[in-house]
Amino acid sequence: MTKERERICVGIENDTDIIRARQKGRELAISLGFSSSDSTLIATAISEVTRNIILYAVRGEITLTSIEEGKRLGLAIVVHDDGPGIPNIELAMQDGFSTGNSLGLGLPGARRLVDDFSITSELGIGTTITMTKWIR
Amino acid sequence: MLVPILRQGENLIASLQSNLTDRDLLQFSDDLAERLGKWRSRGVIIDISAVDVLDSFATRMLRGIVATTELRGASTVVVGMQPEVAFAMIELGLTFDAITTALDLEDGLAFLAARRRKS
Repeated sequence: MTKERERICVGIENDTDIIRARQKGRELAISLGFSSSDSTLIATAISEVTRNIILYAVRGEITLTSIEEGKRLGLAIVVHDDGPGIPNIELAMQDGFSTGNSLGLGLPGARRLVDDFSITSELGIGTTITMTKWIR
Repeated sequence: MLVPILRQGENLIASLQSNLTDRDLLQFSDDLAERLGKWRSRGVIIDISAVDVLDSFATRMLRGIVATTELRGASTVVVGMQPEVAFAMIELGLTFDAITTALDLEDGLAFLAARRRKS
């Protein structure tokens, strides 16, 4: 069973919010006991997925939750937007694929930085990305 | 937040703070180009030792900035990348391609001096 310990929510509307979100993520990760290296991976993953909101969806929010499952501690990151949705998730998860004039490493890159990664998207409704990283 | 750009002899030295927004980076790109032309600098050092996150956007911006200063004839070195940031870049699948990097400011300046002696 997964227990929640602490929860932080940050609205994402512009590039300043990206910075705020990844700072909060790093702070929470450090306070949970993540290594400096893993905290940087978490902050970088947050930066990538929240940037997607700015690029494609205009507005959204990120929720950071510290979780406990048995003896292990982790950080759950949920990013949600009410944007246009992703027509082809399989394609969007491929390295180098981008419709937004970027390197196309955002989503597949973020997936490599965390332990669990899932994405659901509905056209015209929005996209939700859930990521979890556990303390090693 | 403005990125300070110092002139030291023939070189420009810019130190990026942590938490620069996209707009700050775009502004830095313009400022550096302007300073480079004004001072006719031969070398540029971009110190990123304070930067704690380099995502794909920032990496692409930095690559563009370095390519621009190189094209305008100034040898450019990126110095001081934190080990955690380097690790995260590799995991993300990002590279610095043709960018010259050095451990710290001292090594970066030594690299520029050596290159100038050669030319």
